[in-house]
Amino acid sequence: MGHHSNWPEWVYVGVVIALMCWVGAEAWNAERLVEHIPADAEVIKVTGQQWFWSFEHEDGTKEIGELHVKVGKAYKFEIMSKDVNHSFNIHDYVVLLDAIPGRVNTVWFAPMEVGEHDIQCREYCGLIHYNMRGKLIVEEAEPSS
Amino acid sequence: MVLELQKPRPIWQIMFSTHHTDVGLLYLITSLAFLFLGGTLALAIRAELFFPNANGGYQIIADSMTFNRMFTVHGTTLIFLFILPFASAVGNYLVPIMVRYKDMAYPKLNAIAFWMIPPAGALIWLGFADFTWYATPPYSIISAPGPAADMWIFGLKILGISSVLGAINFTVTILKCKHPDMSMGQVPLLAWSFLTSSLIVLVAIPTFAAALLMLLTDRLGVSGFFNPAMGGDPIAYAHLFWFTFHPEVYVLVIPAIGMMYEIIPRFSRKPIFSHSSGIFAFVLLSMVSFSSWAHHMYATGMSFTEKTVFMIGTLAAVPASAMHVFNFIATMWNGRIKFATPMMWAVGGIALFFSAGAGGVVNAAMPLDFQTHDSYWVVGHFHLFVMGTIAFGSIGFFYYLFPYVTGRMYNERMGQIHFILSFIGTVLVFFTQHVLGLYGMPRRVYDYPPIPEWITMNQIASVGAMIIGVSMAIFLINMIYSSGKGKLADTDDPFNLGGKYYYPFEAKNPHH
Repeated sequence: MGHHSNWPEWVYVGVVIALMCWVGAEAWNAERLVEHIPADAEVIKVTGQQWFWSFEHEDGTKEIGELHVKVGKAYKFEIMSKDVNHSFNIHDYVVLLDAIPGRVNTVWFAPMEVGEHDIQCREYCGLIHYNMRGKLIVEEAEPSS
Repeated sequence: MVLELQKPRPIWQIMFSTHHTDVGLLYLITSLAFLFLGGTLALAIRAELFFPNANGGYQIIADSMTFNRMFTVHGTTLIFLFILPFASAVGNYLVPIMVRYKDMAYPKLNAIAFWMIPPAGALIWLGFADFTWYATPPYSIISAPGPAADMWIFGLKILGISSVLGAINFTVTILKCKHPDMSMGQVPLLAWSFLTSSLIVLVAIPTFAAALLMLLTDRLGVSGFFNPAMGGDPIAYAHLFWFTFHPEVYVLVIPAIGMMYEIIPRFSRKPIFSHSSGIFAFVLLSMVSFSSWAHHMYATGMSFTEKTVFMIGTLAAVPASAMHVFNFIATMWNGRIKFATPMMWAVGGIALFFSAGAGGVVNAAMPLDFQTHDSYWVVGHFHLFVMGTIAFGSIGFFYYLFPYVTGRMYNERMGQIHFILSFIGTVLVFFTQHVLGLYGMPRRVYDYPPIPEWITMNQIASVGAMIIGVSMAIFLINMIYSSGKGKLADTDDPFNLGGKYYYPFEAKNPHH
């Protein structure tokens, strides 16, 4: 082992620790902003079950497999499950949260552009997990408002 | 030292022996057999994902349930029946010699711990459960078909007990049976790695052992711990599971790092840069391994505070891991490096360990985790650990151990081809899967929609997997041929390093 000096290792460890502190602080700050749900967000109830997604809007409209939303509006998803664990995912908008029976998880998003996006299940839920997919359809906002 | 195959004995003498090298040999052969079994499943999984089924693509595996069973058994096999028993094999061979004791502390317990593995492996393979290696409730309670699920639960239960017995044995051997002239600071880093990983096992495993029993009674319908229909909470299972299995990641990786600590200084023909910082990093890793379990659960709806705490706990493991990488590089610096097969595997393993760790920092950062969680990114990420780091370290060490076990040398060129193909294959499969995850492909899927980027990357990954498959076939041929017909090894210095650079394996522990 000898009596060589070990200072390069401690400098290196110091750099790694500083880097981790920076990553942690940035992540903390970003997550804090992302999780702040706007007060005017419209609630959409999302229910996962083997093997499809259903949605209920605030006005009582129900949809299965497809979700229609308006561009530029904030939405808050209340995610539930009827049977086993699922995970509600709109990858293009980084919406991801588990649907767990007995719990209501909330996440929000605000679509910025008109278009279609995939909705999928990201938690293993059995036979047709691979095809538990839906469509998010972002529509033009009504001009009257 | 051992020369198991040079002096043939009837097989029952080895099977019923309690001598540490005999038990080590049994562990070694069992773990390698399961490596090939589990690897075959991986090739089938990758073959199925080569084409999407839509638009006339064809299916290799007839239905999704078979596919789900295959990835479940693939994961369970390679973690519990390859990586852990392989580490036990190495520990059995070398720990008693390194602490200068005649055997393990409890030889009979040692043999019992091994003999629990074949029946557990049989339960897992004959059952062929489908609920992933994580056995998520409530799926595993209300939806997973029995008796496969119950057989898996019993199999894991037996493997848990086997791990605990092995861990007790290593801990006592190292702490109580080491030669009195030897201080703890002089104990080689490989033995230190077994001490620290054994201590993690002793603290971590009982939690999952309890969870398994609760899962079983839930399945029987007599309790409802994790069943929301009976007032239970699936999240409780997630906590119990990850409290065991996040530290378990370190149980898997620490002995592999210990093996690299054995290989790298010898093939660099230099002493380890800092023995004490290696010990320090092992001890630190074993402690911080318990501070990060719920980073697997960000997406279950944890509060902001919980996520922050576990993000900090996860990032805390990075400096200790980075110390190992530093130690390896500083040891190789200015060394007279000989790139024989074991050294190639170890160096490749370090490179992939670094990549896997960098990916881990991304997962730990909360907002980024919601991009990567439960996507193919995660599959790529942990395979860089289990394949790129742990299997690479283990296979490298297997080549290193080969002359001592068989008394013969493996074919060096085939060993190097094995490494090069495996390294290329590993990069193709698992780096590609990271990108695939960023494109949003969920994990554990039997089929995927025909999105052009997904198809391309799945095909790159599948080709990479087949390259690994070819390399493993070369490995198998090399092993079988060389253990019977390879050239005799110079057991004083099988790798021509100049005698003083390698471990004094001439220390003999006669069979008793």
